[in-house]
Amino acid sequence: MTSSEGVTASVHRGGQRSAAAILRSQMRNVAPFLTLIILSAFFAIASPSFATLDNLGNILTQVSVTGIIAVGLTFVILCAEIDLSIAAIANVTGIAVAYFTLQESYVNIANVPLPGWAAILLSLALCALLGLVNALGLTVIGIPSFIMTLAMMQIAAGISALLVRGQIAYKVPDLVVTLGSGSIGGIPWIVIVAAVMLLGGHLVLTYTRFGRYVYMVGGNREAAEYSGLNVKLILGSVMVISAVCSGIAGMLGVAHFGSAQQNEFDTYLLDSIAAVVVGGTSLFGGRGGIGNTIVGLFVLGVLNNGLDHVNIDSFLKILIRGLILLAALVINVYAQRLRARAAE
Amino acid sequence: MPQGRSPILELKEITKAFGGVEALRGVDFALYAGEIHGLVGENGAGKSTLMKIIAGVHPEFSGHFALDGRETRFRSARDAHAAGVAMVHQELSVAPDLSVAENVFLGAQPTNRFGMVQWRRMAREAGEQLARFGIDVDPMTRLGDLPIGLQQLIEIARVLFSGARIIILDEPTSALSPPEVERLFATLRRLREGGTGIVFISHFIEDILRISDTVTVFRNGRKVHETEAAATSKAALIEAMIGKGREALEETYAHDITLPPRGDRPVVLKADALSLARSVQDVSFEVRAGEVLGIYGFMGCGQLELARVLFGKIKPDSGTLVIDGDRTAFRSTAAARRAGVAFVPESRRAMLFHQEPVYKNISISVLDRISALLLKPSRERSIAVRQVEQLQIRPAAVELDLGMLSGGNQQKVALAKWLSYPPRVLVLCEPTRGMDVGAKNDVINIVRELSGKGLAIIVLSTEPETVLSLADRIIVMKRGAVVREFAGEVVSKDRLLEAA
Repeated sequence: MTSSEGVTASVHRGGQRSAAAILRSQMRNVAPFLTLIILSAFFAIASPSFATLDNLGNILTQVSVTGIIAVGLTFVILCAEIDLSIAAIANVTGIAVAYFTLQESYVNIANVPLPGWAAILLSLALCALLGLVNALGLTVIGIPSFIMTLAMMQIAAGISALLVRGQIAYKVPDLVVTLGSGSIGGIPWIVIVAAVMLLGGHLVLTYTRFGRYVYMVGGNREAAEYSGLNVKLILGSVMVISAVCSGIAGMLGVAHFGSAQQNEFDTYLLDSIAAVVVGGTSLFGGRGGIGNTIVGLFVLGVLNNGLDHVNIDSFLKILIRGLILLAALVINVYAQRLRARAAE
Repeated sequence: MPQGRSPILELKEITKAFGGVEALRGVDFALYAGEIHGLVGENGAGKSTLMKIIAGVHPEFSGHFALDGRETRFRSARDAHAAGVAMVHQELSVAPDLSVAENVFLGAQPTNRFGMVQWRRMAREAGEQLARFGIDVDPMTRLGDLPIGLQQLIEIARVLFSGARIIILDEPTSALSPPEVERLFATLRRLREGGTGIVFISHFIEDILRISDTVTVFRNGRKVHETEAAATSKAALIEAMIGKGREALEETYAHDITLPPRGDRPVVLKADALSLARSVQDVSFEVRAGEVLGIYGFMGCGQLELARVLFGKIKPDSGTLVIDGDRTAFRSTAAARRAGVAFVPESRRAMLFHQEPVYKNISISVLDRISALLLKPSRERSIAVRQVEQLQIRPAAVELDLGMLSGGNQQKVALAKWLSYPPRVLVLCEPTRGMDVGAKNDVINIVRELSGKGLAIIVLSTEPETVLSLADRIIVMKRGAVVREFAGEVVSKDRLLEAA
């Protein structure tokens, strides 16, 4: 490793790194945060109704469903894998929990009414099972996650279609209604659930052995295997975690929107991936975390919400979101390169 | 140094800094047409940095750079290439999915006037070039299907026949078998007669002395010694490299070694009739506690595959493994680790997490011993600090990213990760490859100490010196099979080479 000569020498001289070098290696954390501040400042100036406490509540509520999905997706992306089935799994789980709940007579669905707790458990089991299928496809058969979850996206959409057959269901168990659309002390439950899950994800990634393994597998999969880690088990676990987080988001989302129907969550696929990546978690794995995802969620939330406040063409909104995502990807890839160079 | 001629390449007062620290300090270097110039120096001495400046890889430096007496600056490797400077880098850089012919002509495929690649012409010319180099392969074979040694030869051949006037070879012989080295040297001599200037970097000082006209020694970013190869000796070069004489060094390079008699301590690992496709054939051996078993063979003899079978990375087609009397079927590396097998592959890159701090690299293999669910960072650090101290890893800073360490120290970290909870069996692939003399000695001492503690150790290497300096017993592999065992007898480099 002759290329490390210079840096090695610098370390011998006392381990001082210049501020610029530190900034460069922290670019993936700094850039999203700067983006957030700039966007917020822009909208605050552009619209008097943006920077209000009420609107902060709106933003929080608006990003909650995405946030819950993004918790699991962060695990997957940290392992340098991807899950494209998150929105479809959210959708099918939301539909399932309605399917197992007694609907009003005018809803034309041949559903199977069960007690609320059973409906919730069955739905959770369903999303976990779909996640397990993703996991087995990826680790046992060896299908790349991109393709495997693309197939799962279609499978989950298919199950959704079969369950509701184009109809719309409205009723979900009381617990789900409360968590999805109720609030306590003025704070929506769904925001609390999202916050708790993000915190939980952060604690798992930072303070548990499993979390460390996730980072190590993402950082260098071959080295993880040569260190005697059970790489397949870890990869399988993150796929299941991702599916379960999506399922929870799907159930609460159905309560939040007030209905369960096909293709209800389609926009959440891109939003969730964007939140994780915009936040600065490396698509190459091993770098980033829930903290980054939270910043990414706020960037997206502020952007979506703020564009409404400045009264912009709603079709232009889509384009702007695309451009912001592209910018984030550019930074993501550059940050990886700068860091790799710093480590050489 | 040819007198009375002007050099084709002349560098004066070259200084190169990485992040404010000088990797080269005021180095003068000259290369003449028809000269083979050997470069030696410990890892980090600056020789590769200098060569990368010459090859245009590092365009930023201070000092004078003259080609044919004219002041020149290369902005990129492409510039250097256009000016007739070509380099074979230490790491293999081939396109495994392309054919041999495409690799030979990489970036310079012959085309007709419509810009279409002339496949037949390319295949024919590639075949001719390789044949001149003594390589007999079908030019349309996928390169990745060939053994690593052959891939390296083809990469070297590409550069040698590129028509470059200045050729730089960085550690070209480490993966080559002796006959292949002979062929390489014959070609180099032919090119020298044709007036090519060649720079040859190697840790193998015998090779340097045999092939070079001039030898330059680097130490700590400075050129400390330049001499005609005929007027120096290995001992003198080693002394110039490390700056002081070390008696212990001689042992590493000793030629006749008497292996100790076979011990009577319990057998820890027993391999019985292991076979794996074409690479491992009916291999059986056993290792006892406190014994170092050396497995020697040329590149591609199947030892790397064998090592991976021992660690559960590859499942063998047939055969059994018994550890401490229990039959094991390693389905994963995790299972092997739990059974007490530790493994250090030949590539540090494959073993370590360059962007993570040293302590996480060391603790990764023992995390499940120290924490059930929650991490214990202070415990991890104390384990790492102890290993860093014991293995004398420098700098002794466990928070530092691993990528900041030199190669030799990274190798020690790769060992350290297995040692906080000593395994039953330690499998080491090429433990000293590419290391400087000092770091090599450190690793040898560490391995000896571990075997003294009762570990069963298996060392697999293509370098006879490595096996000779470490092993209590040696088996020689050839084309996947065990062909010879040396135990309790006198052994030497020639005898190993002869058997392989």
